[in-house]
Amino acid sequence: MSTVFTFRIDGKDVAGSEGQTVMEVAEENGIDIPALCHLEGIHDRGACRLCMVEIAGSPKLAAACMTKITEGMDVTAHSELLLEYRRTVTEMMFVERNHVCAVCVANNHCELQDTAEELGLTHFDLPRISPKVDIDASHRLFAIDHNRCILCLRCVRVCDEIEGAHTWDIMHRGLETRVQTDMGIPWGESTTCTSCGKCVQVCPTGALFEKGRAVARGSKTRRPFLPWMKVVAEERGL
Amino acid sequence: MSEMPAAARPTRRRVITEEINDEAPRASAYVCEAASCMSAQAHDITLRLGERAAEAGLTDVMIKRVGCLGLCAAGPLVEIAETGQLFGHVKPDEVEGIVKALKKVKPTDTRQPQGPFFEKQLRVATENMGRIDPEDLDDYIERGGYEALKRVLSEMTSTTVRDEITRSGLRGRGGAGFPTGLKWTTVAKAQGTQKYVICNADEGDPGAFMDRSVLESDPFRILEGMAIAAFAVHATEGYIYCRAEYPLAVARLRTAIRLAQRAGYLGAGIAETSFNFDVQIRLGAGAFVCGEETALIASVEGRRGTPRPRPPYPAVQGLWDCPTLINNVETLASVPTILRKGPEWYAGIGVGKSKGTKVFALAGRIVNTGLVEVPMGMTLREIVYDIGGGIVDGRPFKAVQTGGPSGGCIPAEFLDMSVSYESLIELGSFMGSGGLIVMDDTSCMVDVAKYFQDFCRDESCGKCVPCRVGTTQLYMLLDLITRGEATMEDLAQLERLAGIIQRTALCGLGQGAPNPIFSTLRYFRDEYLAHIVDRVCPAGVCTITPAEVMA
Repeated sequence: MSTVFTFRIDGKDVAGSEGQTVMEVAEENGIDIPALCHLEGIHDRGACRLCMVEIAGSPKLAAACMTKITEGMDVTAHSELLLEYRRTVTEMMFVERNHVCAVCVANNHCELQDTAEELGLTHFDLPRISPKVDIDASHRLFAIDHNRCILCLRCVRVCDEIEGAHTWDIMHRGLETRVQTDMGIPWGESTTCTSCGKCVQVCPTGALFEKGRAVARGSKTRRPFLPWMKVVAEERGL
Repeated sequence: MSEMPAAARPTRRRVITEEINDEAPRASAYVCEAASCMSAQAHDITLRLGERAAEAGLTDVMIKRVGCLGLCAAGPLVEIAETGQLFGHVKPDEVEGIVKALKKVKPTDTRQPQGPFFEKQLRVATENMGRIDPEDLDDYIERGGYEALKRVLSEMTSTTVRDEITRSGLRGRGGAGFPTGLKWTTVAKAQGTQKYVICNADEGDPGAFMDRSVLESDPFRILEGMAIAAFAVHATEGYIYCRAEYPLAVARLRTAIRLAQRAGYLGAGIAETSFNFDVQIRLGAGAFVCGEETALIASVEGRRGTPRPRPPYPAVQGLWDCPTLINNVETLASVPTILRKGPEWYAGIGVGKSKGTKVFALAGRIVNTGLVEVPMGMTLREIVYDIGGGIVDGRPFKAVQTGGPSGGCIPAEFLDMSVSYESLIELGSFMGSGGLIVMDDTSCMVDVAKYFQDFCRDESCGKCVPCRVGTTQLYMLLDLITRGEATMEDLAQLERLAGIIQRTALCGLGQGAPNPIFSTLRYFRDEYLAHIVDRVCPAGVCTITPAEVMA
């Protein structure tokens, strides 16, 4: 038996069990908190900073996906200030690499695009970084275009936690950070990759895609496997 | 090897005679063999001095290597311990003066004042620096070493140890100033049978070298401090996380650990009690962010050194999810002295909520670059002018940068402010680990802000978006300003972006990264405006070409 906590999100009274995060309870109650690294079914890492919320009494903002609920806490998930922060952070993701929606396989199926629309991001003010980055199309079925990668690391986590292959990992740091396969060898030469395609399914943008799909045809239809995996894991006590 | 003159042998602490004798020497020369002097051939000086003393027939003198003597600007340094006479800028083939001085020392001689650089200091964490051979356990014990640990193990309980540390008012010397006693109590009361103590020796702020000097000069002190901390929080294993860029510190720590283990001050049954504690070294591979405690823990565990959101704090869920105490080198170095001299003595030093002393590394445009330890509450003017000897070439003081890349610049009008955790935060800066970079009128403050932004940009681990992308964008905007190509809109963008990064970044590195911009804007906004509106750099540092002015 776990303890039930009641608290407030944006003035609405909600309840959750001990150990749940603010994000989980918000999702259950139909309160939408933007997030790009968070994905139900894999562990959270609190890195995209879109789900930052205010908690009354704390001077610092907290990532909703990493903050455990407590009795009586008063969460503000939407405010003018938070909207500005989220919009700017989303803008940062856009200008960090080279996102061109018009020619992207994920156009209209892209969580980054959806987030920008939801937050009302209409144009870019921040300095563009526009780095030269690679594309790895050595895999038989899939390819990765680093120009569209936002380093949410869903691919790394799903490969490790669900598929158990741990083909994906990260290398370098700061702006040079890249996801990589098998210690930096081309994806097609990976000996650990099972070609299961889970990484492609969880990728929020068009960075990971199935080969042979035309522009705007990269919908991720098979994603719902994740919550199912989570339920199975919980039932088996894993 | 037998032909080798006694003095030419490795410099263990030694009286230069035909045979090694243990009688107290009449005269002794202390040669600084910390990294700064070592890089200027200090070890050759030790060897040469030994040879020359032997040739001159001096049989009752001691040539000893010691840790940092503090006045790095004048290195390599040699001190005649009996008289306090200091020799600076010594060259290996110019040691005759020192040999003569050794000859002249009489048993009645007393130590003479060595000038304000030394006399205005108060040494606690650095009390043995420049006094003991860093690789000689007996030397450490002679100066009161391990007294505190023995007393702790034989007369005190973990509660009374924590109580004494709490009463001393000691606060974390790594930067944020979290009360040490409270941290120890949190770890002690956290649930879990396995607990760890970690010494954070991943000092990385530009211009800071306090921890390095302490480690190189007095490594046993850290081991003793860690053992006391471990006893107080019920830990049995400890790690020292030291950056690999400090090879001498690491080598001396390794020696110290081996000697302490052999003498029963580390390992099972310390000092003939039932208390067990052992220490291992972990090397940092060059990432600044690994000084952040959650990233440090990830690195010790062998994972990628990236931070994670807190809470849970390491005191509750740290290394391998066990309660973990992480203290900075200087904090742990203060512990043995506090327990030896009593918490009331320590709490009697300092000002307000900032008790005790603080070690500062003086760097930049200051005459006496080096390492000093002063009571909290001393004014900046005393530190810069009395101890530091003022500005190089007598130029005007412009600002002092404290707190590293998360800190800020304090301008001349606050020279008479007393230095404490609170006063520095009030001025928009930060105590940080203790680097003080002094700047004169040849420094452009926009350029300084750009330098620190470049540092943060380079050291960002890349985990969270605001730090990974935002610090680079701040750098790009500052670069525009220093090239004379920025507009007032760019300045407004800089301020807005800095505020957002401060609020949304994941760890202290990103949250603190905008601080140098905030503080230079607060005190030197006119310099920013000069670059943007008038397209000139008042200090003449930034190159703004005429063609760009035309545009």
